[in-house]
Amino acid sequence: MTLEDMARELVAAALGAGARDADAVVAESDGLGVGVRLREVEKVKRARQRRAGLRVFVGDSTAIASTADLTAEGLDTLARDACTLARSTAPDPHAGLPEAADLARDWPDLDLHDPALEALDPAQPLEWTREAEAAALDAAPEITNSEGSEFSSSVGQVTYASSLGFAGGYRGSHASLAVVPVATRDGAMQRDAWFTAHRKLAGLESPVSVGAEAARRTLRRLGARRAPTRDCPVVFDPESAATLLRHLAGAVAGPALYRRMSFLLGRLGEQVAASAVTVVDDPLLPAAPGSRPFDGEGVAQRRRTVVERGVLTTYLLDSYSARRLGLRPTGHASRGVGDVPSAGPTNFFVEPGPHAPEAIVASVREGLYVTELIGFGVNLVTGDYSRGAVGLWIENGELAYPVEEITIAGNLNDMLRDIEMVGNDLRLRTSLASPTLKIARMTVAGT
Amino acid sequence: MEVAGVERFFCERFGLTNAGLERVLGSALERHADYADLYFEFRVIQTASLEEGVVKHATRTLDQGVGVRVLAGARSGYAYSDEVSLERLEIAAGTARLIAEERGGTEALTAPATGRPRHDLYRLARPPVDTPLAEQTALLLRLDAVARAVDPAISNVLVGIGIEHRVVLMMTSGGVVVGDVRPLVRLNVTCIAERDGVRQQGTYGGGGRFAFGTLTDGRAERFAREAARQALVNLDAVDAPAGPMTVVLGPGWPGILLHEAIGHGLEGDFNRKRVSAFTDRIGTRVASELCTVVDDGTLPGRRGSLNVDDEGTPTGRTVLIERGILRGYLQDRLNATLMGMPLTGNGRRESFAHLPMPRMTNTFMLAGEEAPEDIIRSVDRGLYAVSFGGGQVDITNGRFVFSASEAYLIEGGKVGAPVKGATLIGNGPDVLTRITRVGSDLQLDEGIGTCGKDGQSVPVGVGLPTVRIDGLTVGGTQA
Repeated sequence: MTLEDMARELVAAALGAGARDADAVVAESDGLGVGVRLREVEKVKRARQRRAGLRVFVGDSTAIASTADLTAEGLDTLARDACTLARSTAPDPHAGLPEAADLARDWPDLDLHDPALEALDPAQPLEWTREAEAAALDAAPEITNSEGSEFSSSVGQVTYASSLGFAGGYRGSHASLAVVPVATRDGAMQRDAWFTAHRKLAGLESPVSVGAEAARRTLRRLGARRAPTRDCPVVFDPESAATLLRHLAGAVAGPALYRRMSFLLGRLGEQVAASAVTVVDDPLLPAAPGSRPFDGEGVAQRRRTVVERGVLTTYLLDSYSARRLGLRPTGHASRGVGDVPSAGPTNFFVEPGPHAPEAIVASVREGLYVTELIGFGVNLVTGDYSRGAVGLWIENGELAYPVEEITIAGNLNDMLRDIEMVGNDLRLRTSLASPTLKIARMTVAGT
Repeated sequence: MEVAGVERFFCERFGLTNAGLERVLGSALERHADYADLYFEFRVIQTASLEEGVVKHATRTLDQGVGVRVLAGARSGYAYSDEVSLERLEIAAGTARLIAEERGGTEALTAPATGRPRHDLYRLARPPVDTPLAEQTALLLRLDAVARAVDPAISNVLVGIGIEHRVVLMMTSGGVVVGDVRPLVRLNVTCIAERDGVRQQGTYGGGGRFAFGTLTDGRAERFAREAARQALVNLDAVDAPAGPMTVVLGPGWPGILLHEAIGHGLEGDFNRKRVSAFTDRIGTRVASELCTVVDDGTLPGRRGSLNVDDEGTPTGRTVLIERGILRGYLQDRLNATLMGMPLTGNGRRESFAHLPMPRMTNTFMLAGEEAPEDIIRSVDRGLYAVSFGGGQVDITNGRFVFSASEAYLIEGGKVGAPVKGATLIGNGPDVLTRITRVGSDLQLDEGIGTCGKDGQSVPVGVGLPTVRIDGLTVGGTQA
């Protein structure tokens, strides 16, 4: 039985068990992971997973059941379990599938799958990890140790069917290579990391370049000091700027809005960010990390500008949150096989601006250049923001020395409005991506 | 279920035989491997959630699968599948043993055995996963009412119940066969409070490896009232200060400090690889004399407890810091073997789809002698933090953060105005040396902790008495 047939049969079984409507997700993936450390093989890992999930609507009540037991008996149990569960939840007039008019009817081949990753022999990626780690270890005598280099890849398929008659599926693949060197100076250790990731093997950067960049990032952290407590401009490198997009995506996601858990509640059509900022969600970019032909409910996909020159132009909505908010779904239903559908971004990025990253740093007399953020100090209900930061101190427009054990704090409302410069260095390495961003003022806490 | 029962459960479910499994283990050990094991898992997770006054969702998830591991020196070969059959197991064993092929015939190493007995920490007449859904939904509705009754400013209440039933079986090439049936219950309450255009949230919850009835004896109602109270307190919160100051941590969940500041840094893998800020520091002073910190996986019913770890080693109580001196690391089989150290029962994995790693169980500081009120009274100006969100650590340079979700200013020895959530940042090998007072009020957390490491999440516990830390950087906005 194909996965698509399985999804269709699950929907039929649910209707047979008394459901008014139902939809099913069946997914499978095969994975490979290998790692070396200090030039020696450290691990080889192979994975195989197949799972099926079924959502049922019994009257206006809903429930979800999922299983890794894909035998005929297992699937039959699934349909009965889901309907039994639904009889214990409360009716909700907003529950249901999306409207048929919103479903994807046909979809382009988005080039998401690389057959070369299907037949990969572990010996090949082991060689890449060796090369990548060696490039880091050989970069400087101060690189004294390593947490290793890892390659991982997966190939898989997702299929979706619903009682609206929708049935479809697509294949996708993913590969990544990462290096984590450790450097020592005066008895103090620092680590940093670099990686390359792509849906296709040929899209990965060379192992040597990944190792060299990992070493450069690690070495520049040596001799880190603390910074004095003060208000100052903060420049986010592309990796750390992408974390701000994660918070933005969380705050414009439908479930956070109808639950009144977002600082952007009721702000549609308002200026929420500096006019230099345009944020796009584009699920249809060929071979991009977050691309897909339809969302977790079969809804059609299109490019949307979420923030246009600072104005919030759309939320990210699945069908339930759209109905709750009196809006149309935007095709942002995100869904694990057995989870309640939520809403989230696809390829979500800040459009590149006019400034070279060097020019952004040069514009700061005294401030912080952030290269890594740690911790969870973000409150999306209020926008209050306080996280641990690592980076370089900027003096007179130049990166002067590394800093650590400091925090940066503010409120996301102010931070988005205070984005003063947007870099021209956007690269869509991950599904959430940003160029370098400069925020005019935040509070740095250190000594 | 006894071991034999667990073994029969998996053999019947997947049509396997003992002889067949022994053959798989033997095949995994071909070539120059030191060790091999099989890890079978069957898991059911049942959730129910309420928002806006109604029980909107229920989910049921069935996971199952098997992992085959082969160790050769510092190398791990691993293959897993959620299709379980002898044929799949043979294929997996063939993949896992690839790791051993390149290795010469060096002498096999073995970890020193522990002489510990197995425990029986969470045997239950009715597993919580068998709780009728109607009982669960009734509790959800009751908690919604309890939270809303606290204050009219409570505008939304979200309650979630998650119940897990996990059956695992481990078979090792050393002849060990161990089964464990692991119940786990968790309840979370989030309240939104709104007043005069200000909106805030409060979150509270708890759980453990215990019967569903343990939640319904008043504990769940207390969680709901706490979540509502925290949301209301935060409505009045002022901006947090920025910079180094004296910080008093309340008892219980603020023990996340220990988890981040020292716990991860004492995990065997980081120390064997010499990438931890605590590498080579056993026997040296890493905390003030007032501090004794243990990791204890044997506390009955606790979220972080286990009868055996995920390699079949009985869990134990490991002293990490004794009166300020670093005493021990947390180990799994691979790292204990390579370091020539004893197994501590800390080899844990998220599921059959993951390799085991050294992980914490319940990590806490033993009680001191001071009254908590006296500790607060001793501070002229500082921060009193009683509840936290998550934390994170950079193992290599030792810098860690944890983020307060309920905190107050201390002024003139008295608890003053609530402040907005702020991240606290410090240096692991240094922060406990700044502890100048330890309270007599040790509490363990309510049972909500989940620890993430290298992409794997496992349930953990923490605990702390009230402590005073002289000089921790507070990441607020008032510079």
